[in-house]
Amino acid sequence: MTRGIYELTESFRIAFSQIRANAMRSVLTALGVIIGIVAVTLMGTAINGIDIGFNRSLALLGDDVLYVQRWPWRRVPDWWNYVNRPAIQVEQAERLNRVFEATPGSLLEVAVPVGARGTNVKAGDVKLGGVMLFGTNADYSRIVTADVADGRLFTEFEANAGRPVCVLGSAVAENLFPGRPALGQTVDIRGQHFSVVGVLAKQGEFLGLFSFDNQIIVPLNAMRKLWGNRMDLQLRVKVKDKTKLTQAEEELTGAMRRVRGQLPAERDSFSINQQQAFKEQLDPVKTGIAVAGLFITGLSLFVGAIGIMNITFVSVKERTKEIGTRKALGARRRTILLQFLIEAVSICLIGGAVGLAITYVTCLGISGALPELPVEFSGSLMIVSMAVSILTGVISGFAPALGASRLDPVEALRYE
Amino acid sequence: MIAPLPPAAAVRSYRPPGNLVIRIEGVTKLYRMGAETVHALRGVNVEIRRNEYLAIMGPSGSGKSTLMNMLGCLDTPTDGRYDFNGKNVAHMVDDELAEIRNREIGFVFQTFNLLPRSDALHNVELPLVYAGVGPAERRERALEALKNVGLGDRVHHKPNELSGGQRQRVAIARALVNRPSILLADEPTGNLDSRTGEEIMALFEQLYEQGNTIIVVTHEEDIARHARRIVRLRDGLIERDERPGA
Repeated sequence: MTRGIYELTESFRIAFSQIRANAMRSVLTALGVIIGIVAVTLMGTAINGIDIGFNRSLALLGDDVLYVQRWPWRRVPDWWNYVNRPAIQVEQAERLNRVFEATPGSLLEVAVPVGARGTNVKAGDVKLGGVMLFGTNADYSRIVTADVADGRLFTEFEANAGRPVCVLGSAVAENLFPGRPALGQTVDIRGQHFSVVGVLAKQGEFLGLFSFDNQIIVPLNAMRKLWGNRMDLQLRVKVKDKTKLTQAEEELTGAMRRVRGQLPAERDSFSINQQQAFKEQLDPVKTGIAVAGLFITGLSLFVGAIGIMNITFVSVKERTKEIGTRKALGARRRTILLQFLIEAVSICLIGGAVGLAITYVTCLGISGALPELPVEFSGSLMIVSMAVSILTGVISGFAPALGASRLDPVEALRYE
Repeated sequence: MIAPLPPAAAVRSYRPPGNLVIRIEGVTKLYRMGAETVHALRGVNVEIRRNEYLAIMGPSGSGKSTLMNMLGCLDTPTDGRYDFNGKNVAHMVDDELAEIRNREIGFVFQTFNLLPRSDALHNVELPLVYAGVGPAERRERALEALKNVGLGDRVHHKPNELSGGQRQRVAIARALVNRPSILLADEPTGNLDSRTGEEIMALFEQLYEQGNTIIVVTHEEDIARHARRIVRLRDGLIERDERPGA
């Protein structure tokens, strides 16, 4: 046991004196590993960043909110089963809320009707197209995921009366009223003047598809005055305990069927959506990107590993006589094996550490230049890449080291 | 430095040989070189006792090197029996042989075979590393061994900072540091000028006086004459086993 430790110390001593003695060669060999580790860790960071960005986007949907809609959030091959579903009605939200109240131990808190459609808006001379307009009631304050940066959401009275008041997303406020407070200003929506009572804090984009800041929230009753029922209506239902989403979804399905008076044999005439559905759809994509990315960058690490293997073979060849001498002095096979393995691993570890440092600096640079990119240099990445470095050293050093350990001492001593 | 000794031929002290260390019986060694089979050893019998000073001589191709490799447990015989301190080593595997080499045999090579990037001290410590001796004791014993060969003031010199004779002394210190049963020297003066060679042989004489068992393999009569016993090989057989002046 202690002998093993002494041999190990000796092996490290040899490895470092060897690396020092062949500095140029070691640096060039390590370069292969450095490039490999930089490629792999940068890719790992990027994948990590995608993941973080993805989760941030999902959080915008609310992780404790179920969406009752006509269509599910996934591709449906049997569209004919969905196209004739009845529209969601505002009254159904009220009836759902009564069912929740009447259900003892209900997992559901509140159902909020939300109408949505895209529109153009105007404020003075500034026109803005493609704004997402949401119409809802005062309960919206219970499910909203954004903070109100300025002002307030509308009151129950304003909502019920359909008063022309609105809450602006941060981008809308910025675009319509650049450089001045939006609060108290008037926004023209389809010829109707809405006064601004609140501005939401910045939320960001959803998967880079659309911006949550590019929205306006008005009372649903005010919106119906302008468009009647020509809008896509959904019910957002807040769940009391988000760890019981599945049971909550079951309860909601039952409640909704009851509200709609569906017979037991009938299929659901609605879909219940949640952020999980996005996750399920996007996870394979994410995995695909990760596998392909790591495979391609892994190739560069593989090239580095070949370099290590090559240099270890050269090192064994050069030091054949030394191996013979060591064997004559009593070095056993595993001592010699360990010696060359440690030499290979040491180069890989140095390469890995330098590579990590480069990745770290690069990450700092990127997040400094582009703060909105979710680049994160994680501790687990560090541990994993050091482990990968060691593994690379062991795998690439093993064949030459095994060869060295099996050399015939007589032959090795005779080698010039 | 060691005290200069009178020429070997002048004073020859004989120390009584002790217990049997090596016993070789009917050892043969075959090499296959392509289609040809070479009989390097054709049945050698030899016994070596503790505290002997023995030279193995013979022209090239006589099997001298093969016998030395065998004695040094670097190689195993094709057939026959080899007992080292009563243990049959003829059928031992690599790592068992390494153990024997580490504890029982001290090698001295013609080309010194020192590790070029390590200083004298570390070179001498090496067999102790493989024997599992702790750092403090290792250092102490290595220093003592170096002092014993007259290099107490050169312990931190690298091989390229030492003369040929000094390098061979480091190698001898390394060979003796683990207190082996035999010191096995292969043409120890082959790479040295004759004056330095004589110095090394004088050191061997001194080591013999101190009670070491020494086997020198050489093709030079002058070197062999230092030994108390000369085994002459020819064509893979022992031709003569002389004890001059005994």
